[in-house]
Amino acid sequence: MAPAVEFEGLTVDRGARRVLQGISGSFAAGRVTGLFGPSGSGKSTLIRAIAGVQMRVQGRLEVLGSQAGSAGVRRQLGYMTQAPALYEDLTVTENVDYFATVRGGQRGEVLERLQLTEQASQLVRDLSGGQRARVSLAAALVATPRLLLLDEPTVGLDPLLRRELWQLFRQLAAEGCTLLVSSHVLDEARHCDEVILLREGRILAQLTPAALAARTGTEDLDDAFVRLVEGE
Amino acid sequence: MTGHRTLVTCRRVLLQLRHDPRTVVLMLVVPCVLETLLRLIYANRLVIFNQAGAPLLAFFPLMTVFLVTSISLLRERTSGTLERLMTTPLGRLELLNGYALAFGVLATVQAGVVSAVTLGLLGLRFRGPVALVVVLALCVALLGTGLGLLASAFARTEFQVVQFFPLIVLPQLLLSGLLLPRQHMPAALHAISDALPLSYAVDGMHHLSHQAGVSAALVADIAIVLAFAAGALVLGAATLRRQTE
Repeated sequence: MAPAVEFEGLTVDRGARRVLQGISGSFAAGRVTGLFGPSGSGKSTLIRAIAGVQMRVQGRLEVLGSQAGSAGVRRQLGYMTQAPALYEDLTVTENVDYFATVRGGQRGEVLERLQLTEQASQLVRDLSGGQRARVSLAAALVATPRLLLLDEPTVGLDPLLRRELWQLFRQLAAEGCTLLVSSHVLDEARHCDEVILLREGRILAQLTPAALAARTGTEDLDDAFVRLVEGE
Repeated sequence: MTGHRTLVTCRRVLLQLRHDPRTVVLMLVVPCVLETLLRLIYANRLVIFNQAGAPLLAFFPLMTVFLVTSISLLRERTSGTLERLMTTPLGRLELLNGYALAFGVLATVQAGVVSAVTLGLLGLRFRGPVALVVVLALCVALLGTGLGLLASAFARTEFQVVQFFPLIVLPQLLLSGLLLPRQHMPAALHAISDALPLSYAVDGMHHLSHQAGVSAALVADIAIVLAFAAGALVLGAATLRRQTE
């Protein structure tokens, strides 16, 4: 299967700092790819570059067969920013419906899937942090995107909900969606088909969670990360 | 589809206002209170009330729409909703038109209410057609959307963006001919006032207040305000970048 996203010599500068240092890679369609690395490693910048909203991107970056940020790609993209990007003074339904119609689709069952039906008519400003995160995710899931870019969607959520979200991501991939999910909790790598480990703007490794464990000789992913860094 | 995305954006902005009824009420009531105050100050000098009350009808939509636009767009920029929207098919002009349309509706309602109060209760007199008072207010509202959008690009916080109001809007009011007819100003100030859009809106209100019918000068004033509004909107659109640092 053709890769959903392909990049080569990808460099991003922010101010005087080079955040991504000429990285190359790709990830396959219809799978869950995890993007892991410590805070400041360039995860959000890579996601923003793929979403087409990052300035000063150099190198080749192809998304769903077109240039990142082109109109054709934007029709098929769902993007969740790290901080919940929502209208505080609208209800949950109004937020989700607006993002759905702007993307030319419909709300569908997304509130049910994210267990937000009880909050449907509440204003976002009255919600808890975890609920906001779910609404923000809902706004990315509507209108059946082909590519979902999720920047730390599970951060700060309770463990049960986190597990349910990962199940949802797996299910979406089974339905044909391509997911790129970032996290700094390496433990979540086991839910992914493949993981990309990012550190200081460089790709440390791209492999399956099992291969990562085999290569580093440990089941503990944090240990594995440390060993990869030390083995550089 | 283009029209559709503009309309849903307009609807979304109006929904946000609907969840904030206090703001809407203030937008409608405060101008009426100010006109009433003016009427009471000039209780025995109705001629002066007429001369000052009419130009204020051009100022209110600029005040209201500038403030709501600059703060709304600052929030779009800082909350991440703008970044999210920029990853969707929504065009920058569609977003902008959605805002302009929503605040145009707001300004029309405001102009309707304030005109009804000042003309009906306070006794302000217009010789020209009152419908054009509302049209002129609508043009000024578009100008307010453009200027507010521009201001939002140069501010990082709501504190900062509100400070652009005395900077961008109040000098226009002082030089608009409200305090002193523009032709009596020092030449340099007159020249500056010629370059400010609110001057033409205030001139337009003067025409409406003094002349029956629709003069060529009035049409020219409205056209100039619209041209300034278009310019401000285009400049503002340029500050809405799809890609950011």
